Amino acid sequence: MSAYIFRRMLLLIPVLLGVAIIVFGMVRLLPGDPAVAMAGVHATPDYIEQVRGELGLDEPIPVQFGVFMSRLARGDLGKSTRTNNPAIQDIWPRFKNTFYLTSVALILASLIGIAAGVISAVKPYSLVDQFVMVFSLFGVAAPVFWLGLILMLIFSVNLGWFPSSGMGSARHFILPSVTLAANSTALIARMTRSSMLEVLKNDYITTARSKGLKENIIILKHGLRNALIPIITVLGLRFGMLLGGAVLTETVFSWPGVGRLMVDSILARDYPVVQGSVLLLALMFVLINLLVDVLYAFLDPQIHYN
Amino acid sequence: MKFLESKAFRQLKRNKLAIAGTIFIIALFIVAAFAPLIAPYSPFKTDFFKTLEGPSAEHWLGTDDLGRDVFSRLLYGARISITIGFISVAIGLIVGVPVGAISGYYGGKIDIFVQRLVDIMMAFPGMLLAIIIVAVMGVGLVNAMIAVGIVSIPTYIRLVRGSVLSIKNKEFVQAAKAIGVRESVIIFKHILPHCLAPIIVQSSLQIGVAILWAAGLGFLGLGAQAPTPEWGAMLSQGRGYIRTAHHVTTYPGIAIMLSVLGFNLLGDGLRDALDPKMSN
Repeated sequence: MSAYIFRRMLLLIPVLLGVAIIVFGMVRLLPGDPAVAMAGVHATPDYIEQVRGELGLDEPIPVQFGVFMSRLARGDLGKSTRTNNPAIQDIWPRFKNTFYLTSVALILASLIGIAAGVISAVKPYSLVDQFVMVFSLFGVAAPVFWLGLILMLIFSVNLGWFPSSGMGSARHFILPSVTLAANSTALIARMTRSSMLEVLKNDYITTARSKGLKENIIILKHGLRNALIPIITVLGLRFGMLLGGAVLTETVFSWPGVGRLMVDSILARDYPVVQGSVLLLALMFVLINLLVDVLYAFLDPQIHYN
Repeated sequence: MKFLESKAFRQLKRNKLAIAGTIFIIALFIVAAFAPLIAPYSPFKTDFFKTLEGPSAEHWLGTDDLGRDVFSRLLYGARISITIGFISVAIGLIVGVPVGAISGYYGGKIDIFVQRLVDIMMAFPGMLLAIIIVAVMGVGLVNAMIAVGIVSIPTYIRLVRGSVLSIKNKEFVQAAKAIGVRESVIIFKHILPHCLAPIIVQSSLQIGVAILWAAGLGFLGLGAQAPTPEWGAMLSQGRGYIRTAHHVTTYPGIAIMLSVLGFNLLGDGLRDALDPKMSN
């Protein structure tokens, strides 16, 4: 087991290196002078020259990459061209906000999705099941930004139950996290339903029933526990989708997250901030996937990784 | 038409949801093809005396902030969404299928190299990768389309590689090798036709994803720009008026949702019919 985890972590090295190369290459692939891109369009010629020196842009590409990596190791992502703060200082608080939002959404999606999927599977083709399935079809197809606006229209503008934008109290979390969670809830519900249906067909379920165990215990302990394994994988994948969806949700609800910061920075050509945001988001995604793989190995006794 | 007589097609015909999906898609195509004939107004014609009006007999779905007819803009938007869906899936197919096939068939160093590249691309959540590509290539509809296409490449590589791996040691492939058929012919004529089912299923689902993502980029201001009647961009424009004129945002969203739903339903139906193993 520990050997598997170790091997899995070793595999991360080329991936992280690749991510770093992409982030490094981004600015250099831009049309025009990368020094201007990094210093900002309104920078003085002196400052552009200074940035050129700092980035080592006169040096060959491998040397530039070395400089980039050593600065990265010190957490130095350059200065935001808009605020003139170190980029990391602007990004970190926003990153935390995105993390809170996606975490709440993931928990919400897992709880509702798994519950709905189990209920559906226990009574397949019932009215409840049909409702869950129709909801999940629309939940997957509905654009997250549109859903957010509709929820805002109903619950904020018309009913006045929740604030429509910003972040402050727990009530601010409700609309953005429900919006962000909808798509994942739908997929998790579908996944749970099919996984449960599969598991409930097994002989050991029949055995448990013939032993006279309570139906609840059969469903939850014998059924759901075994059905959870594929669901865990989906949860990990969903986290990445949630990070992507967070960009859109943050835009709708003016949530001060890193996704919106990144898009604003792209539009304002503030590349140090774009680079930093991309790096942090990718890093988080990769680590979550690692966590899921490890969890998967723990949960599934049938799989040996050696 | 071998497909029309096949068992898969008969099974597809029995799937009511897949039929519903197909009807949506056909409707979308008709609307896109005949937009200039159906649309009561030009999608660009502004009327400053009739801004943000609700649905009426004159303007079925109301007007936007510049007095343009929302219904007409939606019809023209169908053209854009279909183009986005097909172009970006084509990019994924053209690059992903051969690379996946070669990676799976030859194995060894090529395979390791390709798989590491795929790992790196997959280290980014899809939407994020699309945003990065747009950031480098520049904002706009065409670049958004290309970005969404590039993001779909690793999915195709993985899919085709997996199928090729499961087929390449079958007897008919060995036989072709033994009689000295060229390797390119083996890959493209003998192996790939057997991988078609999962590719078709994935492509149908991928069109839905592409429409959704490109609309997302449009909404963020990174895709189609004003005055293009792209659904995501229309939604984004209407956002500011959600309190007073929500129809400007509501209808483009419904259009996106129904189109995506159509391709998803067809994709699910195709999966059940063509590839029972893949169904969940």
